[in-house]
Amino acid sequence: MARPVQYNIINKPLEKPISIVSSPEGYEGQGYFSSRLSDIVGLARKNSIWPLPFATSCCGIEFMALMASHYDLARFGSERVSFTPRQCDLLMVIGTIAKKMAPVVKQVYLQMAEPRWVLAMGACASSGGIFDTYSVLQGIDQVIPVDVYVPGCPPRPEAVIDGILRVQELVGHEDLRRRHSDKYKELMETYGIQ
Amino acid sequence: MALTNEIIRTKLIEKFGEELTSWEEPYGMLSFTSDKNLNLKVLQFLYDDNTLQFRFLTDLCAVHYPDNTGKELAVVYHLHNLRENVRLRYKIFTPIAKPDVFSATALYSAANWMERETYDFFGVNFVGHPNLKRILNIEEMEYFPLRKEYPLEDQKRTDKDNEMFGREGITPAFV
Repeated sequence: MARPVQYNIINKPLEKPISIVSSPEGYEGQGYFSSRLSDIVGLARKNSIWPLPFATSCCGIEFMALMASHYDLARFGSERVSFTPRQCDLLMVIGTIAKKMAPVVKQVYLQMAEPRWVLAMGACASSGGIFDTYSVLQGIDQVIPVDVYVPGCPPRPEAVIDGILRVQELVGHEDLRRRHSDKYKELMETYGIQ
Repeated sequence: MALTNEIIRTKLIEKFGEELTSWEEPYGMLSFTSDKNLNLKVLQFLYDDNTLQFRFLTDLCAVHYPDNTGKELAVVYHLHNLRENVRLRYKIFTPIAKPDVFSATALYSAANWMERETYDFFGVNFVGHPNLKRILNIEEMEYFPLRKEYPLEDQKRTDKDNEMFGREGITPAFV
């Protein structure tokens, strides 16, 4: 049965058969287009994020719904879910992380190549959630830096799409020098990386 | 002839006499207690005896009774006779200050991980265990989490307050 949400009730015609991303700001003339390199790199990066799902519990089921045809994360350029950290841009930590699992999460993060982003999906990954106990890590930001937190227990797929779009915003606007800056190195040092 | 609790009890009393105490049959399951130093002798007898044949260790765990001074930790063995489908429960008590108990790993291979788990959560020191280290918790942990010696959650703690969970100003329906 269709859920009574806006896009099921209101029959909205498609504006265009295929939506494409608009070009960045710049100067255009006959046979040339000039823009900032960071804008173009950002445009390319943000629309082809390869996620690495680190799914440990019930949020993983919502993630499966997100990747399947109904919610279809592929629309946002992230259909290529990869299971090797070396190829991925975005680490999605999905579900409860026990303290014993924390070194594994950190190792997966370290195996990813720069630039890398992290999304914490659900209450457990963000803060430990209901598992306020001796065995559960109280938020993955105790071991790795997190870019976007998606709240919910579990969050609906729409919420995760929103989170991914926020990651895209960060990716698209990231300064190309950010990963070499002292501030970034300081942040990494607080996590004992490098 | 089916193996009844009465037969098991008679056999055990024949062998160990007054050493076994606290005979009970909650929900029809025979349970008894003995001195902790007798545990291997009792288990070996239950294993070897041709009538009893308790050759499967279903479960091994500990219970902490903080008010039971001198016998704070109970180690509980659940045994199963697979041929007759009869179960029993055998308890020993040990002081928490010196929680040394003989390991049953030589008799039941299943005891290996169960004793590690019991050590992990209650700190029972199984003497003679081949590899007594934490199995489920992180190895750096410095306490035994299932002992009843920790305060309940402080209701005034602020690191997980409502504001952080978007519940500010919402009154629960039952108040």
